[in-house]
Amino acid sequence: MSPATTFPVKLKEKIRIERLRVSYGDNQVIKGLDLTVYKNEILAIIGPAQSGKSTLLKCINRMSDFIPELKVEGDIILDGKSIFDVKDSTIIRRRIGMVSPLPVGLPLSIRDNVTFAPRVAGCKNKLIQEEIMEDCLRKAALWDEVKDRLDALATKLSGGQQQRLTIARALSHFPEVLCLDEFSIAIDPVTTMRIEEVLKKLKDELTIILVTNVNHQARRLANRTAMMLEGELLEVGETEKLFSGHGDHDKTREYIEGLFG
Amino acid sequence: MGFELLPLTKQKLKMEKWIVRSLFLVTTFLFIPVFLIFAVLFIKGAPALTLNFIFSNPLQGMTAGGIFPAIVGTFWLVFLSLLFSCPLGVVAAIYLNEYARDNLFTRIINLAIINLAGVPSIVYSLFGLGAFVLFFNLGTSILSASLTLAVMNLPIIITSTREALLAIPRSFREACWNVGASRWQTLWYVVLPNAIPGILTGVIFSVGRAAGETAAILFTGVAFYLPFLPESVFDQSMALSMHLYTISTQVVGVPESFTYGTALVLILLVLLVNTASILIRSYFRSHRKW
Repeated sequence: MSPATTFPVKLKEKIRIERLRVSYGDNQVIKGLDLTVYKNEILAIIGPAQSGKSTLLKCINRMSDFIPELKVEGDIILDGKSIFDVKDSTIIRRRIGMVSPLPVGLPLSIRDNVTFAPRVAGCKNKLIQEEIMEDCLRKAALWDEVKDRLDALATKLSGGQQQRLTIARALSHFPEVLCLDEFSIAIDPVTTMRIEEVLKKLKDELTIILVTNVNHQARRLANRTAMMLEGELLEVGETEKLFSGHGDHDKTREYIEGLFG
Repeated sequence: MGFELLPLTKQKLKMEKWIVRSLFLVTTFLFIPVFLIFAVLFIKGAPALTLNFIFSNPLQGMTAGGIFPAIVGTFWLVFLSLLFSCPLGVVAAIYLNEYARDNLFTRIINLAIINLAGVPSIVYSLFGLGAFVLFFNLGTSILSASLTLAVMNLPIIITSTREALLAIPRSFREACWNVGASRWQTLWYVVLPNAIPGILTGVIFSVGRAAGETAAILFTGVAFYLPFLPESVFDQSMALSMHLYTISTQVVGVPESFTYGTALVLILLVLLVNTASILIRSYFRSHRKW
């Protein structure tokens, strides 16, 4: 079953990015980008290095606030409201889960890593915390490996396990949108496939934005794929259309075929 | 081709050996003065170290009796100055490192801290005299002297705390921010617990400095000769460092063992406090989490 056939019939807008311009000092990394992400879809963002994919994700959850030299113009609308109008940006970050390319186990126990988000959000009930933790670790395909040593330090886990822990942590605050930035960079193919299965299921509950350098991954998972090049959105369309060579731009086809990048 | 060494490789290995040897030698030379100081102090001062010397007041113009008021005074000064400088220094470092934007104001503050670290201690003493003793009208008292010491130690504590905070990778902070933790929650749950060993290093340094400092307390709260114990922080007191200076240069007829004994007590006290801090620090280090 190709992902295209699972495309939601009724499209509901989740995130709308309007004329987004981002620059580091004089270096413009995103040059006016318009993109809509629909509810319950998996949108893949592909493109060569330095095309602004990761920066785009940083803007979507307002991590851009923490980078003083970053200048952001334009708007990002989440459920009809501009995320830049929200005073307390932690609210935005709770609604948007983020998985970074390099695994980060916080220097806490495995348990505390996954219950961290609920705790900082004010959940004091230990039972609820435990429930969230088990659920998230199962979703991230990590539960069976760590259930007997939840009090061990997360930083002592292997790279692949830490990456799945990062995914569990990103799910632990019940995000509406899950952004994954090259999540499979540090994990083996079997685990990658397991997580991909999880993502397909998660799509029913939330919206997924998947930045990836693995084109096959985009093809396997995404309903739609967006191609970015040098800070601009080259095109966005149904994944099959792009990957079967029917994209609007030659550059997209060339990138997918591995002719440049 | 076997595993025989080529002539060039042999030469390289030989040079490597000599470099290691000379580095070892230099390090050993650095150890010699420390060892000699301890040896001389111990040999000449140990005979004076009796319970009576430690626990009684100085008598007959400091040529007899003990040094108890000076020990107590030094304890007060070190403890009080840490009480002021630790919280202030740590808070300032947290602000500068985690919150302050890189603007002109921050740069001026940074410059001020670097310069404060280079100010001679006698200048601090004059500052303390002007500010605490006279302007705030605290009089020459333990409080004034401690505040002066605290100001003197602030740059050390700020700098070492900042180093400790910088040593926590940014990726930990970003991971916390990503799940919706505020800056403060990130600091409290993840950054600070792991920065404690580094912060303690600064505290260790400042204990030694506060205990050994003479000039900074000269005009602000320490008396030459005060053969009774201070009753509050508004009293003057004696201090080991000052007492050592006094009996070795200002008073005639002090037995030599008294001078060395006082110095030995001062060094042992600093060593004791430092050992405690180092133990705490190594406890935290052995529980390092990444």
